[in-house]
Amino acid sequence: MFKWLEKNLPKIVMAPAVGLIGWFVYGFVLWTLYISFTNSKILPKYELWGVGQYVKLWGSRKWLIAVDNLLIFTALFLIFCVVIGIILAIFLDQKIRAEGVLRTIYLYPMALSFIVTGTAWKWILNPTLGIQKMFIDWGFENFTFDWLVNREMAIYTIVIAGVWQSAGFVMALFLAGLRSVEDEIVKAAKIDGANLFTVYWKILLPMMRPVFFTSFVILVHISIKSYDLIVALTQGGPGISTTMPALYMTQTAFHKSQVGLSAASAMMMFMAVAAVIIPYLYSELRRENAR
Amino acid sequence: MQDKTHSSYKQLEQKSKYTNMFLRWFLYFVLVIFALYFIFPLYVMVVTSLKTMEEIRQGTLLTWPSGLNFDSWLVAWGGRGYGAGDTFLKPYFWNSIKMVVPAVFFSTFIGAMAGYVLTKWRFKGDKWVFLFLLFGCFIPYQAILLPMARTLGVLGISNSVIGLVLVHTVYGIPFTTLFFRNFYVSIPSELVKAARIDGAGFFKIFFKILLPVSTPIIVVTIIWQFTQIWNDFLFGSTFSFGEAAPIQVALNNMVLSSTSVKEYNVDMASAIIAGIPTLIVYVLAGKYFIRGLTSGAVKG
Repeated sequence: MFKWLEKNLPKIVMAPAVGLIGWFVYGFVLWTLYISFTNSKILPKYELWGVGQYVKLWGSRKWLIAVDNLLIFTALFLIFCVVIGIILAIFLDQKIRAEGVLRTIYLYPMALSFIVTGTAWKWILNPTLGIQKMFIDWGFENFTFDWLVNREMAIYTIVIAGVWQSAGFVMALFLAGLRSVEDEIVKAAKIDGANLFTVYWKILLPMMRPVFFTSFVILVHISIKSYDLIVALTQGGPGISTTMPALYMTQTAFHKSQVGLSAASAMMMFMAVAAVIIPYLYSELRRENAR
Repeated sequence: MQDKTHSSYKQLEQKSKYTNMFLRWFLYFVLVIFALYFIFPLYVMVVTSLKTMEEIRQGTLLTWPSGLNFDSWLVAWGGRGYGAGDTFLKPYFWNSIKMVVPAVFFSTFIGAMAGYVLTKWRFKGDKWVFLFLLFGCFIPYQAILLPMARTLGVLGISNSVIGLVLVHTVYGIPFTTLFFRNFYVSIPSELVKAARIDGAGFFKIFFKILLPVSTPIIVVTIIWQFTQIWNDFLFGSTFSFGEAAPIQVALNNMVLSSTSVKEYNVDMASAIIAGIPTLIVYVLAGKYFIRGLTSGAVKG
């Protein structure tokens, strides 16, 4: 008995982690998947109902708006975060004085919750006393900036706050990547007469392909899950114009009590994330095996 | 003749020095502009929280406050002292502390053990077990909210701090395991093997060999978990309400509660109070925070 215990101790110690994740992640996802094929309303029902919830979901105007918003947000969020992140990383990589201070400033939003920063942005962007008033008081009397309460433009305020929060993260990833490149490569290129621009554009950035890939995966994954920021900034409004899938899911589940429909929307989110993450994990694992 | 080439070379050198200087200035200019953009919301939060509503209406976002007036901080923290409807952050701040401390402890401990086994007591299929855990870092939590709500109800711990401790412990395990596993991989296994030959057991090896060198990764993990759990809103708002809510949920409720007059100074003071613990940790231990961020992302 004691011998058996000793031999299997590592597996016994491992068991809580595997058991908890098996139950609370995989088991729960399967449960949600099952419920998405039932006609559950307030309480879950367990008779299968087919794909009715998915048909309902893709016929819902609110869900289509949510998907539309997600696409707009993801595209802009990706582009701005990556462009700003790369510019900051390359500029900081030029033996800058006070690099530590600047880096700290670029990255501090990552330490704050989206609720905190969303509250701040809501105040800054509000049309009566925020930025609009600032410009009017400065003498730009016809200046208007009402994106936060404008149906067409409100989604872009979420992009502004989201990029502000996450661009520093991309900078940190690229800076780490650039710093890991051997100095010799850059020196050799300079001796061959390449100027700094060419060195970055032709040599260093192409070497950063894994960092691009990582940033892409992380940012897309953040944007699919984005929930807190929208709650703090617009609550999906004005109207339903800034609804996103994560908000749709919780509202359908907990305010409208349509459990089956919300499960279907959760599974759509799950599949979207899996489509991005599984290739990523696969390639990371292969890289590690090759090492 | 020779003199002339020499001087033109000198001129050229001078010129390139000027372009270099110009580029340098341009570099700093761009970096400072971005720094201002990043610091702007924090600046606005702080100055707004120190103003009276009268000052807010008269000035602009950037106007310097007339004095150090911490009234709105006191209101945000302790309320105005009248009974019903007076919401303030103090009790929810303590809720968050009561939630964060055990959740960080348990998830870090379980992750350390898992990382130790996965690297130093390897077994058949351990790579798959790691992948199995790792995927948990990425799942959209919407896919587990409904069954989790029911489970907490069945266990009788819905709308309680204990329930949130359980939730955060479980969904922290993939991250903590990832951190410890990637750290222990880089520690030579020869030490462990030698100790095993000398007859040292599972726990003795962990406490005598691995734990003494684990300080950096423990710090990284604790900071990461602390920041994640303190800043969580989704779980907090789904599984708790009223008195059991953590601080982020309380902050959101305070800001949204539409009383007759919107008090932006109190809102900003509340936001700062809710953000200050993680901000302090970041400023004091930024190096470890960044390491957590990048190692959570770069390595798989």
